[in-house]
Formats: sequence, C-alpha cells, structure tokens
Amino acid sequence: MQFAILIYEPESDVALRDDPAKAPEYWAGWTAYGQAIAAAGIMRGGEGLQPYFSGTTLRVRGGERHVQDGPYAETKEHLGGFFVIDVKDLDEALEWAARCPAAPTGSVEVRPTLTMS
Amino acid sequence: MDDARARIEQAARASYGRLVAYLAARSHDIAAAEDALSESLVAALARWPEDGVPANPEAWLMAAAKRKLIDGHRRATVRADAAPTLVLSAEAAAMQADFPDERLKLMFICAHPAIDPAARTPLMLQTVLGLDAARIGSAFLVAPEAMRKRLVRTKAKIKLAGVPFETPSAAELPARLEAVLEAIYAAFGAGGEDASSGATSAAGLVNEALWLARLLTKLAPAEPEAHGLLALMLHVEARRTAGRDTAGAFVPLAEQNPANWSRDLTAEAETALARASALTRNAGRFHLEAIVQSLHAMRAAAGSTPWTAIADLYGLIMRRTPTWGAMVAHAVAVGEAYGAEAGLRLLDPLSTNDTKSYQPFWAARAHLLAQSGDMAAAREAYGRAAGLSQDAAVRAFLLKRQAEL
Repeated sequence: MQFAILIYEPESDVALRDDPAKAPEYWAGWTAYGQAIAAAGIMRGGEGLQPYFSGTTLRVRGGERHVQDGPYAETKEHLGGFFVIDVKDLDEALEWAARCPAAPTGSVEVRPTLTMS
Repeated sequence: MDDARARIEQAARASYGRLVAYLAARSHDIAAAEDALSESLVAALARWPEDGVPANPEAWLMAAAKRKLIDGHRRATVRADAAPTLVLSAEAAAMQADFPDERLKLMFICAHPAIDPAARTPLMLQTVLGLDAARIGSAFLVAPEAMRKRLVRTKAKIKLAGVPFETPSAAELPARLEAVLEAIYAAFGAGGEDASSGATSAAGLVNEALWLARLLTKLAPAEPEAHGLLALMLHVEARRTAGRDTAGAFVPLAEQNPANWSRDLTAEAETALARASALTRNAGRFHLEAIVQSLHAMRAAAGSTPWTAIADLYGLIMRRTPTWGAMVAHAVAVGEAYGAEAGLRLLDPLSTNDTKSYQPFWAARAHLLAQSGDMAAAREAYGRAAGLSQDAAVRAFLLKRQAEL
C-alpha cells in the first residue's frame, strides 16, 4: 500500500536549515532518514520544500486570478516536504512516520495515496 | 583620508540604488546584491585613501561588488568552510564605465502579485531608494524591527520563489503601477522634509524621485497616474525654495511670492498634467492632487487662489482615499472658501485619538480658530502644533503665530 508521509515543521525547525551551528545536524538527520527508507526498498518518491514564506497561493474566482503571498493557511507548523513509501499497511507506515526527524518537534501526517485502477 | 571618505559617501549616495538594481537584476538575489555592495564600500574605505580615488568610483564599486557576488556564489555552491579571501586589484578589464539603469525594473519586480502588498513599497524604498528600515517603519507606522524582518523575509521570498526579473508586460503593468507610484512619492516626501531643513543628502533623494517619475512616464505613457504623479511632484518642487526666506524661516504657501516659484518646473508640471487629463476623464488620486497644485499655481497669473474649486477637489480626493491628510486639507480649503466656521465644522469630528498627535490637524485647527476669533483656543492649538513639529523652521513659525495673537 502506498502512503504519503507529509512532514509539518515548526518555524524554529525551518530556521535550523540556515543556522551555521545546527544546520549540519539538521541535514544529517534528514539524509539518514531518506537513506533508511531507500535501503528498505520502499521509497517511491519525495521532495523537500523551501520555507513556507517562499510560497504563493492562487485562486481563480469569477475568471479572475487572486494571487497571495505565502501559504494557504497561517499555521504554526508548515509543510516542509514529503516522502511516498510503499509498505504493507498503516501500522508499518506509522512506524516510518515515527522515525521522521520532524516527529519530535512538529507533526507527521500519514495519508494513503489515491491509486487509479 | 577625509577626502577619500567623502568621495566614498558621495559615490554611495549617488549610486546606491543604481548599483543594487543592476547587481540584483543579474543575481536575482536582492539581499546578496546589497551585501556585496556594502562589502565593496568597506573595501573602498580601506583602499582609496592609499591608492587614491579611482577615476570612475561607481565602476570601481560595481567591479568590486560583482567579484564579491561571484565569490559568494562560488562559496555557496562548493560549501567550502574556509572562505577564500578576495584580493581586490584594479582589474580594469572587469570595470564597466557604463551600465544600464535597472531601478525602475527592480521596482516593478518588487510589486509582483506574489509579494505581500504591505511589503512592496517599503521594499522599493529600501533597495532602490536607499532609505533605512527605521525611516520606512516610521513612514508606514510599523516598528523598525518588524519592518526589518518583513523586508528580510520578502527578499528571501523573491530569491526562492522564482519571481521573474523582468519588466512586466504592458498587460501586467497597470496592476503593479500603484505600489511604484507610492514609493516614488514617499521618497520625494522623505527627501523633501530633509531638503527643506537644509540636509544636503536629501536633495539627492528628491532628484532621484523626480528622475524616476519622469522615466515612469516614458515606460508607461498611457497611464494617466504616472503623468499625474510627475505633475504633482514638479508643482511642489517648483515652490520649494519659496517655502523658506533668505534667513531660512518657514514661509507658508499663502504668503509665498509667486515670483519666487520656478517657472520652468511649473511649465513642465502643466505639460505633464495636460497629458494626464488627455488620457482620462476619471482622474485618479495623484492626478487630482496635481490639479489642486495647479490651482494653487494659478495665483501667479490670476493674483488669487480659487479656493472653492480646491475645496471641491479635496472633497473628491477624500471620498476616494480618505486619509487624515486629505480630510484636514479639505477642512482648510472649505475654511478659505466658505469661512472659518465651515472649516471648523469639518475639522471638529476628526478630533479623535488618531489625530491627537497629528501635526497638520493642530496647525489647521489653530489657523481656523484664529480666523474665527477664538484666540484662547487658537493659542492652545498653535502650541500643540508647534510641539508636534519635526521641522525647526515650522516650529518657529507656529510659535511666532501664537505670540502674535
């Protein structure tokens, strides 16, 4: 079964990416996590995302474009990236979610992907 | 040493916006362009006193900043821990004596729809016009630290989000025009405050704003507001020297001698206003303000000011953009046209917490009260207005009026 692991990071974690003292540890955690998923043979895809404030939200209403700076909703945690994994069931997906470096500080959503049959 | 320092300051002041705009247009990274320019100014401070001021200081700064940018890019790419120190040599080959002016282009990039509307004009004021965050914060009633954070984040957004570094197409341009107009007018206002009080650096900001406004009318010749803004600024500029007497004392508009107004600037303003009026019958905010200034300028030829027409125009402006400035100006014009009591009737309801510290409100109130014969209240209002004035000459003028009652 295929699941998306959606990673929500608090702003303080995102800031670690550019912190000269803490960035190496931050990135090492993510590299190890990705390598573990790949080594288990369950990696189906994934991307890291630039910080939430680099996002732009667009709606078309009445044929008119409404462009807005920033993410869709103002929240404390923001989508920082995702993996797609192929595992037996939800419990196994949750095992992987628990290993995610963002799990102790942010939150991780596990969502089955939509398979077209 | 002092000469080199003065030349560095002069070059920085004259070229800051042009250099940042040119560098940012190539690196697509405004913050990196600003940092590279700051570093090259520091380098100039170290080199010029010893090696002498280069023949073309601007080209020297540009070449140095370009090398810093390339160096910074290399550093980021290879993630080398040891930053290679940059050797600044007079590489004549890398110098460009002439480079395109990208300031207006950068201003339009700052107005991209993906950028927070509240950050657009402040960003232009900082990067293109060189105002600091504290100054911009006070103009937009935002704490300096909050403004600094907002600007840093907006620059990061532009860098990361893939905002195209191009002048918008003719179809996109009108939507971005307002923020650009506002930035040019805010720079003109900020420069004007300082220029009137005699600061030499401020004349540069006023001239830059005028230069940008003229260029904007060429880039967007079909936009009436571009011509309207230029006309408004030129009318105000035409009267700047008349606003001070030979001793430096403040002279209010009503007491200025029209012979001291610049005829050339007034004529250029009228040409710009005619272009705006030929383009639309539905005048926008700057266009309307330009018409008001044109009516004031009529005193030179007609000998009197058409206050009734000015009062009507401020009524229109107020309905369109109900700012405190427009409401106070409306009350003053109505006072001149229909008597002080009529003006006071409009001014009284504006007396709230927001106008408590608004200098023009108290200056207008003092003037109208004095005309209506309420001397005690007028004296008090003059005192409040004087206490809120930032300009020493204006303060002195208000206190003199108070003493004369």
